[in-house]
Amino acid sequence: MTAYVADEVDVIVVGAGHAGCEAAMATARLGLKTIVFAINLDSIAMMPCNPSIGGSSKGHLVREIDALGGEMGKNIDKTYIQTKMLNTGKGPAVYSLRAQADKNRYKDTMKQTMEQIPNLIIRQGEVTKLITENGIVGGVETSSGAMYKAKSVIIAAGTYLKARCLYGETIIQSGPNGLQAATELTQSLIDNGIKIYRFKTGTPARIDSKTVDFSKMVPQYGDEEIVPFSFENKSEDIAREQVPCYLTYTNEKTHEIIKANLHRSPLYAGVIEGTGPRYCPSIEDKVVRFADKLKHQIFIEPEGENTNELYVQGMSSSLPEEVQVALYRTVPGLENCQFMRTAYAIEYDCIDATQLKLSLEFKAVKGLFGAGQFNGTSGYEEAAAQGLIAGINAVMYIKGEEPVILDRADAYIGVLIDDIVTKGSKEPYRMMTSRAEYRLLLRQDNADQRLTAIGHKIGLISDERYEKFVEKERLVEEEKARINNTIVAPKPEVQEFLSDNGSTLLKSGVKLCDLLKRPELSYTKLAAIDTNRPQLEREVWEQAALQIKYEGYIKQQSNQVEQFKKLEKRLLPENIDYSDVRGLRLEAIQKLNNIKPLSIGHASRIAGVSPADISVLLIHLEQIKGRNNG
Amino acid sequence: MKATSLDDIIVAISTPAGSGGISIVRISGEGCIHLANTLFSGADLNKKESHTISFGYIKNPINNTVIDEVLVSVMRAPKTYTRDDVVEINCHGGTQASQKVLEIFLNEGARLAEPGEFTKRAFLNGRIDLTQAEAVIDIINAKTDLGRQSAVNQLEGSIAKTVGQLRDTLLTSIATIEASIDYPEHDIEEETYGILRTRITEILEKTQKLIESADKGKIIREGISTVILGKPNVGKSSLLNYLLDEERAIVTDIPGTTRDTVEELINIGGVPVKIVDTAGIRDTQDKVEKIGVEKSKEYANKADLILMMVDTSRGITVEDRQILDIIRDKKAIVILNKIDLPNKIDINEICDIVSKENIISVSAKDGTGIDELTSRIKDLFFGGEIELNNDTVISNVRHRNSLFEAKNSLLKALDTINMGMPIDFVSMDLTQGYNHFGEITGDSVDDELLDRIFSQFCLGK
Repeated sequence: MTAYVADEVDVIVVGAGHAGCEAAMATARLGLKTIVFAINLDSIAMMPCNPSIGGSSKGHLVREIDALGGEMGKNIDKTYIQTKMLNTGKGPAVYSLRAQADKNRYKDTMKQTMEQIPNLIIRQGEVTKLITENGIVGGVETSSGAMYKAKSVIIAAGTYLKARCLYGETIIQSGPNGLQAATELTQSLIDNGIKIYRFKTGTPARIDSKTVDFSKMVPQYGDEEIVPFSFENKSEDIAREQVPCYLTYTNEKTHEIIKANLHRSPLYAGVIEGTGPRYCPSIEDKVVRFADKLKHQIFIEPEGENTNELYVQGMSSSLPEEVQVALYRTVPGLENCQFMRTAYAIEYDCIDATQLKLSLEFKAVKGLFGAGQFNGTSGYEEAAAQGLIAGINAVMYIKGEEPVILDRADAYIGVLIDDIVTKGSKEPYRMMTSRAEYRLLLRQDNADQRLTAIGHKIGLISDERYEKFVEKERLVEEEKARINNTIVAPKPEVQEFLSDNGSTLLKSGVKLCDLLKRPELSYTKLAAIDTNRPQLEREVWEQAALQIKYEGYIKQQSNQVEQFKKLEKRLLPENIDYSDVRGLRLEAIQKLNNIKPLSIGHASRIAGVSPADISVLLIHLEQIKGRNNG
Repeated sequence: MKATSLDDIIVAISTPAGSGGISIVRISGEGCIHLANTLFSGADLNKKESHTISFGYIKNPINNTVIDEVLVSVMRAPKTYTRDDVVEINCHGGTQASQKVLEIFLNEGARLAEPGEFTKRAFLNGRIDLTQAEAVIDIINAKTDLGRQSAVNQLEGSIAKTVGQLRDTLLTSIATIEASIDYPEHDIEEETYGILRTRITEILEKTQKLIESADKGKIIREGISTVILGKPNVGKSSLLNYLLDEERAIVTDIPGTTRDTVEELINIGGVPVKIVDTAGIRDTQDKVEKIGVEKSKEYANKADLILMMVDTSRGITVEDRQILDIIRDKKAIVILNKIDLPNKIDINEICDIVSKENIISVSAKDGTGIDELTSRIKDLFFGGEIELNNDTVISNVRHRNSLFEAKNSLLKALDTINMGMPIDFVSMDLTQGYNHFGEITGDSVDDELLDRIFSQFCLGK
């Protein structure tokens, strides 16, 4: 095939899933000519697995993406069909927003939004080759022989690289949802010295709602009060009719069928080589690993309003099709269910993310970035977060500016990226609240506080939105000051209120903030005795109340962060050869040379680097300084 | 893994155990003057000029009782040993007063200094000459080697085992809480506050016991406490200087502070040896070394290892016999010095007291035999023969700190439960406690938690 030069752009984004969309929109919105490739344009922002956005820790990611100026939050606010705030009884750090999406509307809306961006070219095509020269990226080639030159390339190839889908003895050489796989790009990456892993994941069957008996299941409704994902949206602006999900259970019959057919699962037969995530186990995995569990939960989730398709959460499988049908039909309500799409396991190539810097740029190839499932993560939200950061940093790279790096005390996004590039992952990486050591500070409610200023500085947050944010902050501070300075006297109505709420009576006047800190009282309850309270928007008083109520714990974690930041600020030069550092242990030398940490703090998180090694590094840094000064 | 802290408040007793009439507790780090002031009754230390001494009392903040009558030196950054703020508290001698004072600072948020940590900070803050950096690295590594091989390791091994069990119990609770948080809609049986309270209380009791066993007696800096005994002019200072030259000692003597003894921390083949310099050893030759029998006895009783020097050219004298009497039944090496001169002693007289392999001939003048001496010290230590003095249990300072912090986190968790705070806050406290335990066993945290969550519960879509 004759290759021809098709175009010259600033940034090429390979893939238009959740990572690719955020990346392409960010670079184009920041003024760079961008082209984004998808193997099929109908699959832009497609949700090939569950029809929901958010959930524990993932909801945090979406809010952070929004605060930085990304699109995911706005898009789900436009296309949700049910929304819920989870974990509300478990503490403010772990409140988790989750929405069921109308899948088709979600992807169509995202595509339309992208089409409105002036310098964004959207192109169907398979990228087959990476063009590099002297370790610097120069563009890509597609299967049609078109050559595109670019200053930076972001690979967000999702699960398409050399993908194959499996169930039972059936093996289909395709990407998710029957879409064509990308078969050539892997080799080009290997030729550029990039190390490849093989991971697997899976998805359950989709069934036809007209063949399901919902009366045998427990309906799961959304919240009456809607909390938007995007800080730009008001609850009342996005309010709409919601649709329920349904809960049902597997039973011993289900498990019997699975056990009798295990040998026909490609996973158990050893056909699958890839490593699967523990948090997306197939139903056969669950039955084998938790043999004493008599039933497993199954959630039936609609895939949208204009389709009969239902997603059967909890029933991911790679057993043969006829076995799948039989085992699904043992579940109450699904006795007569008709399959529309068969469940499958998918295997794909991805990279060892320790080859990336914290900016998501490859250490080995300048200007080349990786994002999303390609980096070995799982989940739409994790992908979108990386896509946004890769997009921003491709812009910084082209402009010759310092990359934007969020650290573990800034955002879940920081935790996610630090984890994958520092520790690497041997299975698809999922965000979890327990991974964030400073999670009380990284709440979903204060993502705007943490990140709006950064998004504004980058240029993805408009002046208008930024000013609104600043005004909100001012109001929060004002209300906090009022609560802190208001004295409550032990008047009879106050004592009565306290006694009604099971709270200790006052002996003398106290500050309102001290009452707010009592676990049994809340800002809302205190309205009864807080007579001079101003009229404030919910997000303002909620923020003020939360910051006061949990002040002690917040302070404690802030102190830890202060210590953490000190070590993050002790930067390590990029060109250290750690084998020259006297006193380091061999294992530490190898790990440090491989990861090339940014700072002492970063180095301390590498597995195999001990506190003694860190002391040695500190001393080495001082020696370098001494030498330079002397 | 716990990150190394650069300027939190560290504290240690900086005078050798039991010697002299004064014992000094040294505190360094940002905010240490303020902290000292809250425990001091006397002048307002916050207002004191740098390098001044104030008289007053250290009081227990809980019941306001007087711990000791003290002199407190306030030294403000940067003109201090560590270049951070430094406070030194001169307590009455012996271990009791300074130990109590130390405990109070630990309770109020200071952390026990690691071996060489004051020096490390001094270096990191640019206070010490660059050539000493390597010695600091040696000490750090000596500790590492020690951890792997030493007899002390056995003690720590049993602590680590118990800690491992405590962590395991804690992990089960954390995993249950975290699973319910990360999988809000899964049917996971939640940990009730009642169950948690019982479990935490049990762990707390065991932790307290561990702390007590690590604390038994006094807490000293790591190192085999070693004393060199011998009559005047037997060659003690030459020997010391030889060891120092050879092993690049870190001199922990700090000018400008009141001290009557010096101690040297030496790394002998991976074994940290702390040589207590009995007053006078390092004095110049024209001064007479004055160390009486009583004093020798006192040192010998407190040391883990005694190096006794005998001058072979002078024969065994009455003074030698007195000292030999002292070291009977103690772990000691007898060093026959001046073997370059004619021998006038009968070795059998010494063999009655120490075994043959613990008699080493050297010439402290030209260094003959020093290698044999150091290798013997090493063998004794790694062979587990040096019994650490009963009341000088060498506790790994890091472990002790970690246990203490774990205890505090667990106490906080109980508070959080008793206040009726949401479960996430309990989990935060427990995770902290768990992390502190992990610093002892050296295990990484997050992976274990995830492993536990996914092995304990059936989760996922």
